[in-house]
Amino acid sequence: MKDDKVLLAVEGLSKKFCKDLKTSLWYGLKDLYSNVFGNVKARHLRPKEFWAVKDISFELRRGECLGLIGHNGAGKSTLLKILNGLLQPDAGTVTIRGRVGALIELGAGFNPILTGRENIYNNGAILGFTKREIDSKLETIIAFSELEDFIDMPVQHYSSGMKVRLGFGIAAQMEPDVLLIDEVLAVGDLGFIMKCFKTIDSILPHTAIVFVSHSMPMVSRVCNKIMLLSHGESLFYKSDVAKGIDIYYSQFNHAKSTVVFSDHSLVLMQTKLMNPHVEDQPLPQLNWGDDLQLYFEFRIEKALQRCPIFRIIILDKELREVAVLEENEDASGITITQDLLCFTVCHKRLELSKGVYSIDLLVATGKMRAPLLRQNNIFQFQILHETETWPPFLLNASYAQC
Amino acid sequence: MALETRIYQKEQQTRLGKLLKTSFQDIYSSRFLSLQLAKRDIKAQYRQSYFGIVWAFITPLTTALVWIFLNQTGVITLTATGVPYPVYAFTGTLIWSILIDSINSPTSSTNSARSILSKINFPKEALIVSGIYKLLFNSCVKLVLIVVFLMVYGVPLQGLLLLFPLALLCVVFFGTSVGLLITPLGLLYNDIAKMIGLGMRFLMYASPVVYVVPKSGIMKTIMEWNPLTALITVTRDLIIGGAFDYLYYFMWVMMASLPLFLIALLFYRVSIPILVERMNA
Repeated sequence: MKDDKVLLAVEGLSKKFCKDLKTSLWYGLKDLYSNVFGNVKARHLRPKEFWAVKDISFELRRGECLGLIGHNGAGKSTLLKILNGLLQPDAGTVTIRGRVGALIELGAGFNPILTGRENIYNNGAILGFTKREIDSKLETIIAFSELEDFIDMPVQHYSSGMKVRLGFGIAAQMEPDVLLIDEVLAVGDLGFIMKCFKTIDSILPHTAIVFVSHSMPMVSRVCNKIMLLSHGESLFYKSDVAKGIDIYYSQFNHAKSTVVFSDHSLVLMQTKLMNPHVEDQPLPQLNWGDDLQLYFEFRIEKALQRCPIFRIIILDKELREVAVLEENEDASGITITQDLLCFTVCHKRLELSKGVYSIDLLVATGKMRAPLLRQNNIFQFQILHETETWPPFLLNASYAQC
Repeated sequence: MALETRIYQKEQQTRLGKLLKTSFQDIYSSRFLSLQLAKRDIKAQYRQSYFGIVWAFITPLTTALVWIFLNQTGVITLTATGVPYPVYAFTGTLIWSILIDSINSPTSSTNSARSILSKINFPKEALIVSGIYKLLFNSCVKLVLIVVFLMVYGVPLQGLLLLFPLALLCVVFFGTSVGLLITPLGLLYNDIAKMIGLGMRFLMYASPVVYVVPKSGIMKTIMEWNPLTALITVTRDLIIGGAFDYLYYFMWVMMASLPLFLIALLFYRVSIPILVERMNA
């Protein structure tokens, strides 16, 4: 069944919040009054209010998944709550066709005293199931959440992972036309997350999904449209998911370098990329497959007996260590001139995949590798490539018929 | 397959008929949910307690005991009530406790659902209905207790007693309507609940809960104006076979509480999004 109908249409949606509790309650009282009379007057910002969501528009059809990303407090969850009908917009409209499912909180309505089985009914009822539906799905839910042995135990003795599994097991039984997902998948162990994704994959083709997450790998894996929110406004809205994720990461590139350890024998003065793809970008850029040529400059504070050993570690945007450059040999010919120690290091044909990377530096000396300096995030650079690849390396490959 | 379309926007639907219709549709469609919520709360309440149901009537029982003690020791002299005083005092405090519980019920049901209200969209009317279920459950227990009391004190059980549950239903309905009307305000400001609690404590003495309406004086005027007088006396008269002095007033009160309930229900429905926003748990 090919169905091109727009299931979720959002037009000029705005929502404001109040920064002060007392004022907020007072405005609430006023809003109660104006709501009774239809709330037709336009809403403007009153003192101490701000726009939490401002002028958001988008459309989703069946089979589309919109990733909502942005830093904390950008308005993602607020937007999701409006879509779910929990909050009333202050301007604009939301039009939703079909059954709406929301994975905003798993296991809502669980009572800790009652058993898992009883709570399946509670949570199911809140999610809109009828008794007969739950009866017929009970076994599936228990099996999905792998709680056969514990289903008659009070939920207060469940581990948090078990609660989440049970919650998702129930929620997964919804057959929504529009599904709203907020961060819930961040909890649980790996096996559970994989199971969740399998479920989402299986319902995606006949559902329109809005997915809020801070986990870019999940977003890039699931979504085919992306919206980047910043202070309630939409900075980027396209089907180019990779571009959106890039902009999101570039919002965080102002992180400062930190000295983790130093014995004050040398100080890092400067790090730069010798061969940037374009000059004068805020973040130095390289094309995939370019050589990585870095220049380092140190000031020597205490006389060194020999040239120290440099260990240069590359981290990806999630701060995973992904690679390390070979250490310099004693015979590398790096010498100290006038209290300055400068060198360049080159790695040919860098095959890191598209994204932003940072560098940690360790300077040590002697056979025991006695540390002289450990400094994190000394430098950041970006790799450009047309395809979004989640693994940190995109390795050159050639295929041939045989 | 026709898809149901929902629109969320700033402007509210103001046509009363339409609003009421959707409200009642929600009540109907959420009948399983409200029953389930009530079952959940009742079960949980008694599973974590040894005395369980005792707590439901311990407060009215102690109030009654205090008054019975005061009366029998002669500290205060009360007008004769026509039945053994303990029966009079105890029925009064039990009916009063049901009334108080019903007034508090919508606010407390909504309040305890804060965490789900701000995360999941479900028919909020279910909270009110589940509150009514819980009240009815507690009232049934109290009803049994009253019958036991009557038998202990040898008050003859009469046919009118069969109407008593109906009268209790009226008390619950009246209380819930009043409670529902103040729920939106009560959820915004905690002061409201405190004020209600304080006010009801005074109001108890302006109602014939533990003593009869005096024959003359300012208290007689106050009590006769007080609609709760009608509720309590008529309900109690069904048990102890009184004169039904306030039967017409009772009927007026009940007739007035029907529109009151509808208005409160609409007000509640319209207010929920604002409350969810402001109380955001």
